[in-house]
Amino acid sequence: MRDLFAVIMLFGIFSFIAALLFLDMDAVDVAFTEAAVGAGVTTVLMLSALRLTQRYENVSHRHAGMALVVVTLTGAALIYGTLDFPSLGDPNAPVHEHVAPEYLQQTPEKIGVPNVVTAVLASFRGYDTLGETVVIFSAGIVVMLLLGLGRAEDFEQQEDILILWVVVKPMVALILVFALYVQFHGDFGAGGGFQAGVIFASGFILYSLVYGENHTRKVLPARWLPRLAALGVLLYAGTGMFSFFKGQVFLDYNALADSPVSGQHLGILLVEAGVGLTVFSTVLLIFYAFSGRRAVVHE
Amino acid sequence: MIVAAILALLVTMALVLTRAFIGPTVYDRILAVNAFGTKSVLLITVGGHAMGWYSYVDIALMYALINFVGTLAVMRFFETHDPRHDEL
Amino acid sequence: MLIGLLSDLCLLFGGLLCLTGGVGLLRLPSFFVRLHAASVTETLATVFLIAGVMLDTGWALDTAKLLLLIVIMFVANPSITHALCRTAAHGKYRPESNHEPQASHQQENQSSNNSTS
Repeated sequence: MRDLFAVIMLFGIFSFIAALLFLDMDAVDVAFTEAAVGAGVTTVLMLSALRLTQRYENVSHRHAGMALVVVTLTGAALIYGTLDFPSLGDPNAPVHEHVAPEYLQQTPEKIGVPNVVTAVLASFRGYDTLGETVVIFSAGIVVMLLLGLGRAEDFEQQEDILILWVVVKPMVALILVFALYVQFHGDFGAGGGFQAGVIFASGFILYSLVYGENHTRKVLPARWLPRLAALGVLLYAGTGMFSFFKGQVFLDYNALADSPVSGQHLGILLVEAGVGLTVFSTVLLIFYAFSGRRAVVHE
Repeated sequence: MIVAAILALLVTMALVLTRAFIGPTVYDRILAVNAFGTKSVLLITVGGHAMGWYSYVDIALMYALINFVGTLAVMRFFETHDPRHDEL
Repeated sequence: MLIGLLSDLCLLFGGLLCLTGGVGLLRLPSFFVRLHAASVTETLATVFLIAGVMLDTGWALDTAKLLLLIVIMFVANPSITHALCRTAAHGKYRPESNHEPQASHQQENQSSNNSTS
C-alpha cells in the first residue's frame, strides 16, 4: 500500500486498538492519553506533514528481503526474552514488590487523592514528570526553530459548509470545557495535565479546520505559544523552587501549605496546570508550524 | 444481553475495518474510519459498563470529540490537496 | 424489572442496527448508498445502545454524562456525513469517476513511474 493517506488513517485505527488493549489491562489513564494523542492529534499532524509532500510513496529499489529477515530475527529474540517474564498480574513479580505497594499504601495517608496514577505521576515521581514536560517543551521549541510559525495574513478563507459552521461553534466550546474538566478532575478519575492539554489543543485545531487559519491566529497569535509553553515549565519548576526556598527538598509539596495533605493537593494542582499548559502550547505550536509552512510553499 | 450487544459491535467493527482496507475510493476509507471511531465509542460505553471500567464515560466522551476532529481533518486535507504534487 | 427488560431491548435493538449498518457498508454497490446506510443506522444505534446503558445505570452522575454523549453523537455524526457527502459530490474527486488508482506493485516496471520529473 503506497497511498500514505490511507496509511495515516489506518494508523489512527491502530492507535485506537492499542488504547482498547490498554483499557483491557485496566490502565485507564494511559488509554485516555493514547486515544487522545494517537487518534486525534497524531492524525492531524501527520496529515499536515503529508500536505507538504507527495501522497504516494516512491517505489524503492532496495531489497525488502534482508530487512524482513532482520526484523523477524529481532522479533523472535524479543519474544524469546519475554518468555522469562512473570505472568501479567502475578503478585510475586518484581514490579509489584518494591515500590508499588508503598505507593498504594501511602497515597491515601500522605496525599489523599483517589487516583493513584496522578499521585505517583505528580507527587512521588514529580521529578520525572518535570523531565517529561521539559522534553515536550524542547520539542516545541525545536519545531519552531526549524519551521517557523507562519503569519496570519498568509492564509486564504476556507470554503464553507454551513452546517459545519453552525455545529462547530458549540462543539469547540464543549471541547474546551471538557478539557478543563479533565485537567482538574485528574485527581479523582482518569485525566490529568497531558490529556487535558491535548484535548484543549484539539479544540483550537477544530476551530482552525473549519473557520480557517487566519481566524485562529487572530484568536491566539503564534508568538504567544512559546511564551505559554515556557510559562508552563516555569510553573512546574517554580513550584519545586518554592518548596526549595522554604527549606525543604526540591518538589516537596508538603512545604506549600499548612498541613502536608493540602500542600500535596496544591502542589499537584499547580504542577498539572503547568503540564497542561506546556502540552497545549506545544501541540498547537507544531500545528501552526506545519500549516504555516504549507501557506508559504503553495503561494 | 449486553454480551450480545458487545459481540454485535465487535463484528460490525470487523466489517467496517474490511471496508477500510478494500474501499476502492478514498471516501470509502474516510467513511469507514469514521464509522470505526463511532463504533469504538459505543464499544467503550457498553463494554465499560459491562466490565466495570473506571470512568469509562469520560473516555467515550473524549473519543467522540476526537473522532469528530480527526475525520474533519482528513476531509479538509483531501479537499485542499493539490493533485499535481502527487507522483504515482 | 421493567427497566431491566427495557434496557435489554434497547441493547438488542441497537446491536441489530449496528450489524445491519456494518453489513450494508460491505455489500452495497456505490459510495453514496453506503454512506446512507452507514450513517443512518449508526446514529440510531448510538441512541439505542447508550439509552440501554443509561437505563441500566439508574440515577447517577454517569447517566447525565451519557445523555451528553448521546447529544454529542446525535449532532456530530450527521454533520460529518453531510460534510463528507458535500465533499464527495462537489469536490475535485467524484467517487463515480474513480480517480483512485488501483495500484498493484507488480505492475510497476522499470521505465515509467520512478522518474521524478
